[in-house]
Amino acid sequence: MSAVATQTLIEVRGLEVEYGRVRAVDGVDLTIGTGEILGLAGESGCGKSTVANAIMQILRPPARIVGGSIRFQGDDLTGKRKEELRRYRWRNVSMVFQSAMNSLNPVMRVGDQFVDMMRAHEHISKSRALTRAAELLDLVGLDKRLVRAYPHELSGGMRQRVIIAMALALSPELVILDEPTTALDVVVQREILQEVEALKRDFGFAVLFITHDLSLLLEFADRVAIMYAGEIVESAPASRLAENALHPYTQGLMRSFPPLAGPRARLVGIPGSPPDLREPPSGCRFHPRCPHCLPDDATLYLRQTTERPRLREVEPDHSVACHLVEA
Amino acid sequence: MSALEVRDLSKNFAVGRGLRRPQVHAVEEVSFSLRPGTITALVGESGSGKSTVARLIARLYDPTSGSILFDGGDIAHARRRRDVLRYRSQVQLIFQDPFGSLNPVKTVRHHIERPLRIHGVVPASRVEGRVHELLDTVGLVPPAEVAAKYPHELSGGQRQRVAIARALAVEPKVVLADEPTSMLDVSIRIGILNLMLKLKEEHDIAFLYVTHDLASARYIADDILVMYAGQIVERGPVEQVLAEPLHPYTRLLLAAVHGERIEERRGSASAAIDPTEGCRFVARCPLAVPVCSVTTPTLVEAHPGQSARCHVTAPAN
Repeated sequence: MSAVATQTLIEVRGLEVEYGRVRAVDGVDLTIGTGEILGLAGESGCGKSTVANAIMQILRPPARIVGGSIRFQGDDLTGKRKEELRRYRWRNVSMVFQSAMNSLNPVMRVGDQFVDMMRAHEHISKSRALTRAAELLDLVGLDKRLVRAYPHELSGGMRQRVIIAMALALSPELVILDEPTTALDVVVQREILQEVEALKRDFGFAVLFITHDLSLLLEFADRVAIMYAGEIVESAPASRLAENALHPYTQGLMRSFPPLAGPRARLVGIPGSPPDLREPPSGCRFHPRCPHCLPDDATLYLRQTTERPRLREVEPDHSVACHLVEA
Repeated sequence: MSALEVRDLSKNFAVGRGLRRPQVHAVEEVSFSLRPGTITALVGESGSGKSTVARLIARLYDPTSGSILFDGGDIAHARRRRDVLRYRSQVQLIFQDPFGSLNPVKTVRHHIERPLRIHGVVPASRVEGRVHELLDTVGLVPPAEVAAKYPHELSGGQRQRVAIARALAVEPKVVLADEPTSMLDVSIRIGILNLMLKLKEEHDIAFLYVTHDLASARYIADDILVMYAGQIVERGPVEQVLAEPLHPYTRLLLAAVHGERIEERRGSASAAIDPTEGCRFVARCPLAVPVCSVTTPTLVEAHPGQSARCHVTAPAN
């Protein structure tokens, strides 16, 4: 799969989001091209879901955007009025949440939930909306008759497909998938990913795929961005990252997944744990866990512990924020 | 020599309502043994019965039938408090959720001291020293500092280490680890797996590692048991089974994690509800032949040490 990012769909520049006094996202730059699959990987609390919520414009207090811009097809969203944003959500960008399969209304038939959602966004008759709902279910590999089913009659994987069908209902340009498969078994997970890939080919929407499972992203995404403690530390085409990850954190993540073939060597993972964002480490936020941050080289050590590395392009489309990697 | 053996272990749960309630055969005639200094992985999808097996061995549920042989006796139905207490001090369970398994208002020291005192593992004068030794063993240093902390001051990985230290306090022969890393961040999972490897080697503990993650099973286990709809469908040395799987279900699991294209799924773990004669996997199986819907296959040793429950890939003679 190669990126055919001819046009920029979403452009995030210097995004800063705070929860009270905690800065969860600190200067994030992201670009998503038309029809591109961008993977955003990181551990819990790194700010990846906050970035997604900011793009979807659904951050609620105490979370607020304190800096930067988010442009959709060149239009800055941060200055938009409520009504304009309401039209933007679902029509331009839709989102499948982490435990989306539990977000269906248990006492409403599946079809009626489609009708409600569609009629909130466009003028469409109830019967037209129901017909469209059946078509959408068919599209995601479910029986059309399930419009009459209640959520409890469906398995977790089927419910997740219903949610994906809903996310596609208004033909958005971007679909955000926030850990869409983590609660599912591996086999179901694989089937859902196959489905998303096929739908993307047919409809040409872009995908922002958020997960902690880097191995999944390397296979599924065109481009991958790695987040750590509120910042993007590396971003590159998936194939390039798989071969030549440059940031020590990315390298550590790669070493955290035991292989299914080849020799059974002892892995090291990453020592320590992700930082508390109430008191982020000085300098490079990864330095307390970094195997290359040693006091031997006094000049480098001083920079690593006091100066924040900036995300720099080291090769076309491959950016890294690390003092070790000089441009 | 085995540290613990289960024989034909079965557990049914009634579901739904009515006079004749359907029975889920959550665990059906499961037999295996755990050896000292060995990690046995038990893998399967959610609802396959793998956690129920661990809970049966921990005596959190009473089995419907079958036996659990430990230290020369069958403790599957032991009732006397003394017997159960002694058994539980030898067979410890580590849970998936390190956030729910520690008491939020008690310090780390309290959690590790308690089993030491209840089971009288060391004299009272040695308790403090033993707590520090245990914390050191699981990599929580400096021990004196960690012992004074409360669970909320620790990360998920650290909490899971406390849970492991607590399990080790009673010097168990068997440790049942039920998805001990699935709620932890990827970067710290390897640390917990490495700790289990170290404990198996240094303390000669027999581990049962319950997981849905084949890669981690291959990383730490010696043997693997694959469960589907309440039954063991394949077993053998982990590298052999994952390199040349016999059962179509094991092959499907591997294809899914290898990122291969897989066919639509037609059945599910609900095959364990009031099962009829025949293979539980038949509805999803690409290799199914007529006999599969008629006769339940048995576990047949098709390669040395490797058995599968399949009429096609491991036929009985």
